[in-house]
Amino acid sequence: MGLKSNLHNLKEKYKGTKMAPAFNAIHTFLYLPNETTHNGTHIKVADDLKRTMNTVIMALVPCLIFGIFNSGYQHYAAIDAVKGIVTEVSLWGNFITWDNFIMGAWTVLPLVIVSYVVGLAVEFVFAVIKGHEVEEGYLVTGMLVPLIVPIDTPLWMLSVAVIFGVVIGKEVFGGTGMNILNPALTIRAFLFFAYPTWMSGDKVWVHGAKAMEGQPDAISGETILGSLAQNNVVSYDWMDMFFGFIPGSVGETSTVLILLGGLFLIFSKIGSWRIMLSSVLGAIIMGLIFNGVVNAGWITESSKFYGLMSTDFWMHLLIGGFAFGTVYMATDPVTASQTNKGKWIYGFLIGFLSIMIRVFNPAYPEGVMLAILLMNVFAPTIDHYVVQGNVKRRMKRLKLKTA
Amino acid sequence: MGLLSKKDGKLITDPLADNNPITIQVLGICSALAITAELKASLVMGIAVLFVLGIGNVVISLMRNIIPSKIRIIVQLIVVATLVIIVDQVLKAFAYELSKTLSVFIGLIITNCIIMGRFEAFALGNGPWKSFLDGIGNALGYAVILIIVGFFRELLGSGTLFGIPVLGDAIEKTGVYSIGYENNGFMLMPPMALIIVGLIIWVQRSRNKALIED
Repeated sequence: MGLKSNLHNLKEKYKGTKMAPAFNAIHTFLYLPNETTHNGTHIKVADDLKRTMNTVIMALVPCLIFGIFNSGYQHYAAIDAVKGIVTEVSLWGNFITWDNFIMGAWTVLPLVIVSYVVGLAVEFVFAVIKGHEVEEGYLVTGMLVPLIVPIDTPLWMLSVAVIFGVVIGKEVFGGTGMNILNPALTIRAFLFFAYPTWMSGDKVWVHGAKAMEGQPDAISGETILGSLAQNNVVSYDWMDMFFGFIPGSVGETSTVLILLGGLFLIFSKIGSWRIMLSSVLGAIIMGLIFNGVVNAGWITESSKFYGLMSTDFWMHLLIGGFAFGTVYMATDPVTASQTNKGKWIYGFLIGFLSIMIRVFNPAYPEGVMLAILLMNVFAPTIDHYVVQGNVKRRMKRLKLKTA
Repeated sequence: MGLLSKKDGKLITDPLADNNPITIQVLGICSALAITAELKASLVMGIAVLFVLGIGNVVISLMRNIIPSKIRIIVQLIVVATLVIIVDQVLKAFAYELSKTLSVFIGLIITNCIIMGRFEAFALGNGPWKSFLDGIGNALGYAVILIIVGFFRELLGSGTLFGIPVLGDAIEKTGVYSIGYENNGFMLMPPMALIIVGLIIWVQRSRNKALIED
């Protein structure tokens, strides 16, 4: 008897007990269930919830691996910068190295493990209490969370935030598929408002900066948005930003890998291209408006908005977490608009508001988190009016026909 | 409760749990969100409402047969306003710092739905003794929630209780701060008070299924 048939037998044994959902979760994670449909099936599809989730995780893995190397690279580059050495990035020379990998893995992997262990524990507890099967909803959230937090986030803070996000953001609404807000962003928003000193500033984006604060060889690394908000000159060119050799949250820096992940999601029909495209359009239009304001001379260099407003509109797409949020979080099928027209409106407003919050409120250096959370709340309203509009149009047509 | 008959006792105990003005009737939420960042402010607010509602209910109940029903809201407002001004002046005279923390929210007791609600629903139709008990009971129910919320918000948000640091010194890094604990800034913001009230409602309704409404 192999492991598979053993598990099948155990499943029969646990049937009806309180632990059954927890056991079944492990069972279906490893093998297909051994139940078959006895009557004729009507619809055959290959993508169940688990498969959908796994596809998104596959799209996220490149970002995670890049994040591991980048964390190491930024750490060593910051140490060199203190000694006065300017580091020129070269992919095989000083980026993909064992040193970077070990340093990065040592700091990033604990975040991944804590995120999954704590989050899944909460899911299991709720499944056992409520007596339903464990849903796969946390698989993607658990991968997103470590990618959108600063590298040095203390693990206990992450645990508290994950518990808060999963319980308040998801379980109180009825679990996977019923949540109003994106759980990963709820977790990040909680961290941001609860522990702001760990989530912004120039000490949290490079590993070790916070611990070395105040020492003579202290290192620091400001994100591009952070320096622009203070009207400072940015020392990275657009190639660095596009490929992602910049400080930032763990996995959101590399726009090129996010772009590839986005294309993968679009071609596997998991992510909505409407939301991604309209969000980019919204960001471009808001960026163009700000550029226009600067060009018209209404805002001069003395203004505190000058740094971010004068940033070229296409540059806004490369810096900060905009690309990551648009591709992986705005497209969350549960919290986004469901109707096609609604998706265009929803995505457009996310892009538009992200850039607006980014420019006007330097206290919130990344607007995409707040923009997505806000639009999550409005998504059902948008859908309602899209559907009602359609109903009205059809009623009109019906009247014309019968009259 | 030897002093009170069983029925009178219920007037006090009901609002404490199964008919709580905040968690069941969902009244008085505004002030519960605004002033509960500190336990001291929550306690004083609870006492202020206790005073206003206890005496107010008795006064309205005594006048219930002579108030013309057309102008009863105005009469009720005058009674509340008088009592609130007394509270406000007492606080300004004897606890000036605290009255600054509570700022407009003492004045806003006038608009607290619990008070007008009890006047309308109870004091206008019952005798002074019962009205007094009802007022005390509802004010206590309000105060209990305020104190629970204030306790968690001050403890987790500032690491203090009544202003006394109980978790150690956040700047000197003593107590729990020495092992890396930090205060939760989110606790000091009103949204978190709403979430805590929500959690209390959750706990209460899962313990007593009869309270769940569809």
